[in-house]
Order: sequence, then C-alpha cells, then structure tokens
Amino acid sequence: MRRIRLGGAATAVAACLALLLAACGGGNDALEGGSQQNGGSTVTVGSTNFSEQLILAQMYAAVLEKAGVKVDTRLNLGAREVVFPALEKGDIDLLPEYNGSVLSFLDPKATQTTSEEVNTALAPLLDAKGLVALDESPAEDKDGWAVTKETADKYGLAKISDLKGKASQLVVGGPPELKTRPAGLPGLKSVYGIEDFKEFKALDAGGPLTTSALNKGDIDVGRVFTTQGAIAANNWVLLEEDKPLEPAQNIVPIGRKDAMTDQVKQALNAISAKITTEELTKLNKLVDVDKEDPEKVANDWLTQQGLL
Amino acid sequence: MTVINEVFTWLTDPAQWSGPDGIPVRTLQHLYYSLLATAIAAAIALPIGVFIGHTGRGALVAVNLTNLGRAIPSLGIIILMFTLVGFGIVPVLVALIALAVPPIVTNSYIGIRSVDRDVREAAEGMGMRGRQVLWQVELPVAMPLIMAGIRTSAVQVVATATLAAFVGLGGLGRYLIDGLSQRDLAQVVGGAILVAVLSLLTELVLGRVQALVVSPGVAGRAADAAVRAKVEKAA
Repeated sequence: MRRIRLGGAATAVAACLALLLAACGGGNDALEGGSQQNGGSTVTVGSTNFSEQLILAQMYAAVLEKAGVKVDTRLNLGAREVVFPALEKGDIDLLPEYNGSVLSFLDPKATQTTSEEVNTALAPLLDAKGLVALDESPAEDKDGWAVTKETADKYGLAKISDLKGKASQLVVGGPPELKTRPAGLPGLKSVYGIEDFKEFKALDAGGPLTTSALNKGDIDVGRVFTTQGAIAANNWVLLEEDKPLEPAQNIVPIGRKDAMTDQVKQALNAISAKITTEELTKLNKLVDVDKEDPEKVANDWLTQQGLL
Repeated sequence: MTVINEVFTWLTDPAQWSGPDGIPVRTLQHLYYSLLATAIAAAIALPIGVFIGHTGRGALVAVNLTNLGRAIPSLGIIILMFTLVGFGIVPVLVALIALAVPPIVTNSYIGIRSVDRDVREAAEGMGMRGRQVLWQVELPVAMPLIMAGIRTSAVQVVATATLAAFVGLGGLGRYLIDGLSQRDLAQVVGGAILVAVLSLLTELVLGRVQALVVSPGVAGRAADAAVRAKVEKAA
C-alpha cells in the first residue's frame, strides 16, 4: 500500500496493476523460479507478514543453510491470499504453513477439524498443485477470539458459545477476510448460532491495530492467534473453543515438490519435531512484546536446541 | 481477459451501488475524508505561506518544516496515530493533512514572492499600505500558483485517503483492502479504478474553481478579449 501514498491516481492504478500481474500473470518470474529449481541450487523461503511466520521462516532458512542448501528468503509478503499463489507459481519454494488454514484455503467447503482428517484431505489437494507438506510439528497456532478482562467479567464470557445472545451489543474486530472466511464470522453463525455482531471493524490479524483497538475499547472482541505473546502481556481472556469450528492448525512446511529434496526434507523434519506450542508462544513474545529481531530469536532457539 | 470482465461485472452489479457497503456511500465517505483534510490543510498552510511570502521571513524554516510531512510515510503516521488515539477519523486526517500542507505552503510562498518587484513598487507608489498591497496586488497575482498548490494537495489526498480503510474506516480504499484479503481481484481493480476516477474529477473540478477565482486580468482572459474585440472591430 505504500506505493499508493507516493502520490497521484496514476500511482494507485500502477500499484494495482502490479498486484494484478503478480496475482494472475504466469510470466517471467515463474519461469525464473523454475529454472532455479531445475538447477537444484537455491531454495527460496517465503513467509506471510506476522512475527511467528518470520521466526519460522528464519528457522527453515537457517537449518537449510546448515545442511548445505543454498537459501534465499522473501519474507513478509502479505496474507496467505497473496503468498500461496506465489508458492504455486514458483516465486517461492517453501512456506511455513498451518495445515487447517491451507485446507480451507484450497477447499473453502472443507469441514475437517482434527489433525489427521485435515492432513488426509490436504495431501491430494497439494499434490495436484505440485506441492507437498513435510512432517507436521506438534505446535498449533489456532485462530481465536479474545476479550479484555473487563469485557469478560461484564458479559460473563469464558467460552465462544457465551457470545450467543450478547454479540449484538459487541463490536468485533479482525482482518478484513474474517467477513467471508468460513472459520470467521460465517462460522460463528453457522456452528455456534451466534447472531450478527453490533459492528465489524476491519483491522489486522492480531497485529498492532487489533491490539490497540481492543485495549482502547474501540472493539470488544478481537481476532487473535492462540500462540500470540500479546494475550498474556495484556491480560486478555482467550475464549475457549467449545465446539469444533477451527480446524487443527499444526505448523507444517509446505514446499514445491521439485524443490523438496531429501536433504531439504531431513533438515526441516528435524526441527518440526521440536517446535511445540509453548516454545513458539515464548518465541513470539520475544519478538512481539520484547521487540527482538526474528532472525536472532530463531537462531538462538535453534542453537539452544542443538540444531544449529 | 476474464479479469476485465469480472471488473466490469463488479462495477455494474446493481448490488454494488446501494447499501452501506455500496459505491455511492463509499465515495461520499472518501470525499468527506478528503475534503475535510484538504480544507484543514489549506487553513493551516495558506496563512503560513502567504505570511512568509509577504514578509520574506522564516521561509527556510517553514518550507523545510512542512516538507517533513511529505517525508514521513502516510501509512506510518496512520498506524502510529491509531495506536496513540485509537479508532476514528483522527489518525487518517493527521496523515492526510501532513501530506497536503507542504505543496500549499510552498506554492503560496513562491507565488507571493515571485510577484514582479515593479508591480509591488507601483502599488506602493500609488500609496498602498502593506496589507493593501497583499490583498489587492500580491494575492490576486499569486492566485494561479496558490491554486495549483491546493490542486496538487487535493489530488494527492484523494489518492491517499484509500489508506483510511487500513485502520477500519470506510472510503473507496475498503474495496482495495477487502478485495486483497478476500482474494477478490475484481473488487481490488474496481476500487482502484474508482479512486483514479475520483482523483481525476477532483483535478477537473478544482481547475474550474481556479478559473473562477483567478482574476481575469491575471489569467490573461481580459487581454485576450480586448484583442478579440479589436480584431472584430477592424473586420
């Protein structure tokens, strides 16, 4: 969006055309990516735009480098809606992902919720796109809903189903795609029978906007990630998921089949086994709350674990 | 090109033209943010520019200080202000005003400064005082440049007001931000087209306003008319 600022309608149009080309053109970039893989030399690690993704991508890059693979990074690329097509096209070769989110991205009607169900459903969909999921990690980063301590006390909120009958008095905030994603607001309605909220404010996914809006009372219910350091730091109440709506969200490296050599697989599977939800929450806090550099946090952790 | 078809379908869908998410409401919101920001920016910038142009004092400081507004990314200002003051129009207004003030200050300063010395001396020779020189000579002569500054600012503001959607407000930027996160390309491109059209319309309308407020003598139209009249008489 920064390009739009630079001025003038022409820039806005140009920026959007660039997006258009990036999203639907299979042009030169894809070809370049392809030739790189054929050489078998460089694996390009991508990531979306929040701290956990940056940490994981840096971990992947570090262990691959250690294993003697040539690595390039293209991080902070935006939401899955932008990053995943880049993976399909070959602009990037590898991405830290969440099995449930990818499934619902590739098949918006998917209803699987457990890890096994999700993985089974996911494998053929990825295969059809020339992609493959490596070993999943036990760590899960689910999407969740958080309220401040005051809101929780005032409305008696502990579980998601507690929102029923109260949502019409509450303002909800989260990323714009919540409005249409199956596990977003439509899911609250269909699975929990929760009525429409008073208002939906399109902000970000557990980022600075949602954090400050929740703390200032501009929104009452905010979309967060369950591994997010901000929940503990702000003393929020994470609403317990009491009906299966959110699919399993195990962290899993997803890559292009042609780039996932045995060398790459071994290196990544070794770290996936060691990442747990608790460890990841701690690392997220180091970056989000204590403002440490994601690359340093990733490398320090790998060193501690004896992986680097 | 399926995308072009989709964009066309999106733009012409009747559902798109009504309701609180509809194009008319989004356009009005966009104009509201833009007009408010440009008006406040002009109220701040014109007195500064005219003062330093008329007195010749503090030009370096004023021009450089206001240019800071252009140097800081608007998105940065918006997010910073959002975390400071919270949800609402203020973060967006601050960013847009910061963007709009510099061209108005610079243009009005240069407009007044560059009034011909002979013209100013003639006015003083006729017994005009400082304030009279400003209002009756300098401002009218500088008006084309002053208006050019306001036009530049307004067009930039209309294009940048798109960012309001980033912090949960409305305006045409909603289509860009929502479309991007919902993978709805038609909505993104359609929104971009609407912003572009609105920017161009802003430029056109302000061009008309300029023609009205610039004195005919300065614009050269009076001279043209006189010449034409002579030619007609001769013929």
